[in-house]
Amino acid sequence: MADVRLPGTLTPLFPGLPRRVEVEAPTVLAAIDSLEQQWPGLRDRLVAEGPTLRSHIHAYVDGERAALDTPVEERSRLDVIAAISGG
Amino acid sequence: MPKNMLTVATRKGTFVLESDDRRDWKLRGPYCEGWPVYHAIYDPTTGEIYAAAASEWHGSAVWRSADLGETWEMSSDGLTYGDEDGRKVSKVSTLARAGDRLLVGVEAPGIFESSDNGKTWSLLSTLSGQHGSEEWDDPANQPPGHLGISGFVTEPDNSDRFFAIVQGVGAFETEDGGSSWTPRNKGLRRDWPADYEDVGFCVHKLVRSADPERLYQQNHVGMHRSDDQGRSWNEITEGLPGDFGFAAAAHPHDAETFYVIPVDGGHGRTMHDGKAAVWRTRDGGSSWQDLRQGLPQQNAHLGVLRQAMTIDSHDAPGVYFGTSTGQVFASADEGESWSEIASYLPSISSVDVAVLD
Repeated sequence: MADVRLPGTLTPLFPGLPRRVEVEAPTVLAAIDSLEQQWPGLRDRLVAEGPTLRSHIHAYVDGERAALDTPVEERSRLDVIAAISGG
Repeated sequence: MPKNMLTVATRKGTFVLESDDRRDWKLRGPYCEGWPVYHAIYDPTTGEIYAAAASEWHGSAVWRSADLGETWEMSSDGLTYGDEDGRKVSKVSTLARAGDRLLVGVEAPGIFESSDNGKTWSLLSTLSGQHGSEEWDDPANQPPGHLGISGFVTEPDNSDRFFAIVQGVGAFETEDGGSSWTPRNKGLRRDWPADYEDVGFCVHKLVRSADPERLYQQNHVGMHRSDDQGRSWNEITEGLPGDFGFAAAAHPHDAETFYVIPVDGGHGRTMHDGKAAVWRTRDGGSSWQDLRQGLPQQNAHLGVLRQAMTIDSHDAPGVYFGTSTGQVFASADEGESWSEIASYLPSISSVDVAVLD
């Protein structure tokens, strides 16, 4: 199971969504889609048309910058970050 | 006594102001998790509040509250052009109720509809085929602010008939619920060359009056009036301090009375001379009076956006506007005198009023 860390801006939008959750998925997109099953609407908050990660959402797999098709291993850590931006 | 409620959309969430007497107001919020909210409305059909919002991080969605703002849900289910289309929904700009449908205007220009009060959405129209529609889908041609569809004007007794404004292009009317559209820009002034006769106008705000035949319009270069349901327009700017503005409101019982807030048409886009004023006509635009009592008259560089002025339905209607610097001003006497009822909100995008029994 991959260890997924989610941004703090996401959890208030979905009751019961923890900051840290385990999922089994082969790619970043599959991991997000897995979370979508439990928290409908979550995918839209991270993924734009394309599909592509939203412009201010970054993903890292085991510390390396990742895209939606980046593989996720059994024991990977997937960090989903809301970029430091805005004002 | 009815409760008066203002729904205020801001750069950092939605707020609610409430008053029993239109004198003392109480503020609640912020709601919608501090997302930038472009337009928020109270819908008397459902008793719900809807807020069109677009987070820099998490994209566009319509928030809804069934308990006057105490709790909220949001959805963007179906609010997309899809992965293959090429256009993106970068912003949800404006909301309106049309019969049993809720409408939301988006950027890139398009209209989505919901038949379940905002839970799910589907594309109604992109106004494709209209002159200029190929160009307005090009991100390089999008005007500053990128609102796309910047406003609707619906008709109370005919939900199939409504106007939609395409920012920087003009007003269009549908009479069949959104299947077909007709430009309604005849007679409008424009001070720039254009490729087409019927589009290429910068309509900021379109308002229905108490007379079904009459509409008012503030655009980039002047105030205009139509006495034939938008089929033709005549300019009524003379007497105002300038031809530029965004916000406008029509008296609910008197078709001759109309309010507008002129602002500097340059880059500043704040009220003229640093003195706050609302301008009112009582004769359909033949003459204008400035209303200043209670409004700041020194160093008041206030901007007011297109959805940020509204008027209530009382016999002596109250007028309200919110500023880009976070103040809300209210008048309970048709604009004769004003008071500041909120002072330190984030930049205000829209103000909507409801009188609740």
